[in-house]
Amino acid sequence: MRAPHDIGGLPGDAIDTKPHDLTFWEKQVDALHVLIGDDKRRIATRDENRRYVESLGEDVYNTLGYYERWTAAMTRQLIEKGILTQDEIDAKVAEIRARLEAAGEIEE
Amino acid sequence: MADHTATDTGHDHTPGVFQKDEKVHGYYHVLGLALKELLIEKDVVTAEEVREAIELRDAISPATGAQVVARSWSDPDFHLRLMADANTAVTEFGINMGSTVLVAVENTPEVHNAIVCTLCSCYPRALLGLPPSWYKSRDYRSRVVREPRAVLAEFGTALADGVEVRVHDSTADMRYLVVPMRPEGTENLSEQELAALVTRDCMIGVAVPNAPQT
Amino acid sequence: MNVEFAPGDQVRVRDDYPPGHIRTPVFIRGKTGTVTRVFGEFGNPELLAIGRDGNPKKTLYEVRFKQCDIWPDYDGPGTDTIDVDIYNHWLEKL
Repeated sequence: MRAPHDIGGLPGDAIDTKPHDLTFWEKQVDALHVLIGDDKRRIATRDENRRYVESLGEDVYNTLGYYERWTAAMTRQLIEKGILTQDEIDAKVAEIRARLEAAGEIEE
Repeated sequence: MADHTATDTGHDHTPGVFQKDEKVHGYYHVLGLALKELLIEKDVVTAEEVREAIELRDAISPATGAQVVARSWSDPDFHLRLMADANTAVTEFGINMGSTVLVAVENTPEVHNAIVCTLCSCYPRALLGLPPSWYKSRDYRSRVVREPRAVLAEFGTALADGVEVRVHDSTADMRYLVVPMRPEGTENLSEQELAALVTRDCMIGVAVPNAPQT
Repeated sequence: MNVEFAPGDQVRVRDDYPPGHIRTPVFIRGKTGTVTRVFGEFGNPELLAIGRDGNPKKTLYEVRFKQCDIWPDYDGPGTDTIDVDIYNHWLEKL
């Protein structure tokens, strides 16, 4: 009866305290998240965003990195709120992939 | 190397999305870039707004919180204001907590406070910047509410049994700042010198400040 | 209607598991603690999470639990505690 994010008290490993400087990609996702929730746009509230993250499913929640989860959650929000469509996103993903492959900027 | 330095420092919509030497790994990274480009194309956000939001985040660091703690140590009136209404007190440093409520919790010889958000990653971002990776990690979030002393020990913090360890789980709109105890032997330090002793981890409560080595 | 509690009141967290976005962590459900602070009224996150305005608002409390009441095998002093911020509709008076 425990959702994947509700993990207080579960066993875990030693804390990895290595510092991690955010990548530019992570900062961009953070910025988009701030902007779509700000007073100007109000596309999603903090609580709505959490609900989307919590609804990703256990495998997705546990497999994706932190900002990958936010990306997945924002994608669902933007589609459900009628801002973007899945077709547009798929087309844009394909376009960026092709551009990055041509520039040698992508690693699989 | 080909010239693929970030071009989104310009005012066009060209998606030069990377800093040098940063490669993209996998679907979700491309997806994040796709969201950004689509939101810009649809005028939901502008490239300038994205850049400004990043700059705003980068401008906030734990040093801001450290100044607040140092002021609290050296100015008894400010200390009272901080403990009574931290949101208002930190406006003296130009900090706006937005829709969240900052709550300062004070370490004493009897009580040591530590902060977590077991459900997500709530953190006083307006005061300390973005949380460290470990704060958002599964291991920290799951363990610190069940074995706080073992977790603190991993950060090099050992507390006597006579000290109550009090863990705060930020489950709502409160954002917690730990005000550590001022180290002994710092009576003659200036506020700026005191601020230099206050690390991010001290303000989360997994560490305690030390007097400077003499 | 908001059930009001005061600092010092003993409360039990509801031991319920409704689906949806809930800000009361599972590890304290059904546990008993003491109200230590009243934070005031806040929008109900369970409604905010589904795009509503969060009304009617809920009173938010800081509730202090003894670690040894939450974890029977807690490996530390009996005085160690955990504070959790809990909305009134998740609390029952003892």
